[in-house]
Amino acid sequence: MDFIIILQAGVATGTVLLFATIGEIFSERAGVLNLGVEGMMLIGAMSAFSTTIATGNPWLGLLVAMFAAGLISQVHAFITITLHADQVVSGLALTFLGTGISLVLGEGLSKAGTVSLLPNLSIPLLSQIPLLGPIFFARQSILVYIGYLMIPLAWYYINRTRPGLHLRAVGEYPSAADALGINVFRMRYFYVFVGGMLAGLAGATISLAVAPGWFSELTTAGQGWIAIGLVIFAQWDPVRAAVGSYAFGALRRLILDIQGPLTLLGFDNPFYYNPYWGFFLQMLPYAFTVIVLVIGSREAIRKRLGAPAALGNPYIRGERGL
Amino acid sequence: MTETTTPQTGPQAGSFRIKLEPRLQEPPRWYPVAVSLGAIFIALILGGIVIAFAGGDPFLSYAHIARASFGNLGVISDTLVKATPILMTALACSIAFRMKLWNIGAEGQFIMGAFGASAVVLAPLLSAETPAWIFIPVMMVAGMLAGALWGFIPGYLKAKFNVNEIISTLMLNYISISWMNFWIFGVWSEGGFQMSPRFPRTAWLPRLLDYAETFPILRGLTTHAGLLIGIAAAFVLWLLIYRSRWGYEIRLIGDNPSAARYAGIDISRNTILVMMVSGALAGLGGMSEITGVVHRLQTSPVAAGYGFTGIIVAWLAKLHPGVIVVVSVLFGALILAGREIQPSGVPKMIQGIILVCLIASDFLLRYRIRIIRAGSEE
Repeated sequence: MDFIIILQAGVATGTVLLFATIGEIFSERAGVLNLGVEGMMLIGAMSAFSTTIATGNPWLGLLVAMFAAGLISQVHAFITITLHADQVVSGLALTFLGTGISLVLGEGLSKAGTVSLLPNLSIPLLSQIPLLGPIFFARQSILVYIGYLMIPLAWYYINRTRPGLHLRAVGEYPSAADALGINVFRMRYFYVFVGGMLAGLAGATISLAVAPGWFSELTTAGQGWIAIGLVIFAQWDPVRAAVGSYAFGALRRLILDIQGPLTLLGFDNPFYYNPYWGFFLQMLPYAFTVIVLVIGSREAIRKRLGAPAALGNPYIRGERGL
Repeated sequence: MTETTTPQTGPQAGSFRIKLEPRLQEPPRWYPVAVSLGAIFIALILGGIVIAFAGGDPFLSYAHIARASFGNLGVISDTLVKATPILMTALACSIAFRMKLWNIGAEGQFIMGAFGASAVVLAPLLSAETPAWIFIPVMMVAGMLAGALWGFIPGYLKAKFNVNEIISTLMLNYISISWMNFWIFGVWSEGGFQMSPRFPRTAWLPRLLDYAETFPILRGLTTHAGLLIGIAAAFVLWLLIYRSRWGYEIRLIGDNPSAARYAGIDISRNTILVMMVSGALAGLGGMSEITGVVHRLQTSPVAAGYGFTGIIVAWLAKLHPGVIVVVSVLFGALILAGREIQPSGVPKMIQGIILVCLIASDFLLRYRIRIIRAGSEE
């Protein structure tokens, strides 16, 4: 078992969570909780894969995935922003909807064969750095590098630019933002769309790069929900989101790879000799998500940090309150 | 007024605009029913469009669903068999949702209930010669306990650490599947197959076909006593929620948590209790499915998504136990018939579209839409 290879693959796996988590951060920063990430990711994974099969062009697949997931996110936007419905229930419904539609439209795709994937590449100088080079900069999918760029950009956008300030205002105190002439409704629609596009990108990252193919609901296997948990752990901060995403990615890879070798650290590998112990390993990412939530929630209480103040509440002009 | 047919939201002259007003009085009783039926109708149209887009024939699909679920006595019985687990998971969701606790973990609690009931046979806690009148109640209790434990964990985490119950219950769903697989694939595997050995006959819930010797019409009907257990559970839940002090507390917390807090109601304690009751109901569903239908522990018939369908059924029934009984039969029909439809994701998709349309239609219950003609501004 080569830890460099596990970590390298873990970074790629973590990129999926990274996109989905940052997307959800944008949406929640604008005050809209979108629990439909899993459904949007499935839509993205399915449409990326089927478009690539039909056209042979993975870049087109990527674009279609982002657009399709962004489009379906607008169902949630309409129901919660315009119709003022409960964001929790609507987000759940969006997950069902996305799962169902991607199953229907993805029928038969799992037998469709292989597609041309997005290119892998190494960065010339950076990949020579000892230890870090091979993990982060050698033979990674181009999407992984897009992920690296997205972390500082998202952080800078949210914390240091004027539109980012407006974004935070809409999520924290929408009536004040409204009074300043910011169009709260339009901003929320837009950032839900951004969240949807990034969830679609996350889905496409699975089906076109990390684990190519379409395996119905098992394509995402709950990663959309893990992303929502990571948002809380990350305290709505893209940099912390990146740490969590890569750690989870590495954990997923480790679980896959730990069952292979005969010996582990010089001992007989118990997971090799008792293969069904592997089911306990499979529980780990989900158990860790719960633990991460406990940590995140406790820290939030202690530091008085919290969700954007208006998260989960519809904005109704002229009503009292946030 | 022939030219003013384009609806515009802006206040332009010569047209009309749409104004939304919050409803101040309760709408008449028939109104929510009509809105829900309208939402389902629209959902079926939208679903048909997607089916057509995927290359299927929506009319054939829907006609097939109707025929394959209510066409004759045999399939009606099969529909009721499918409705039984949905009924219990929907009841489980309804009590949690009543308190605005989003228990999405009925699926996992259902699985744990099936596991708990199976453990009685397979561990074995009782020998295979135990008479049914001991076996069945013990399995019921074991299933409910296992489900309640699986509800307790997110309830405790929510009450103690304010952990979002949606995510924790969902994560526990995945964990429960791995847990069940560990036992099925490893410890209780029957000759290496991915299923446990068959339960002894005394651990089966009675089915209609058991009485076919006395009443020949019942031959081949697999409806089992789980349906009765579910209806009884619905009645008890109705009593609990609408006729007991505790039910009143739950409803008050759900409607107005700060008022409940001022009234001295212990929200943390109720969070844990409600999650446990919810888990126990879902666990009872798992027990009924395993002893009434599957008769062994096996992954695919148990982790079949009944917990998720229960969410939609509970919502569609507006959390009312009596309505849940009726709605779960309809969804039992959808799932039963859906097994044979191509593409195979259709029932899941239609469930999703129905839920989306229902939530959107709630808007009509909370707001009145008034069309104001230009010039007649109030």
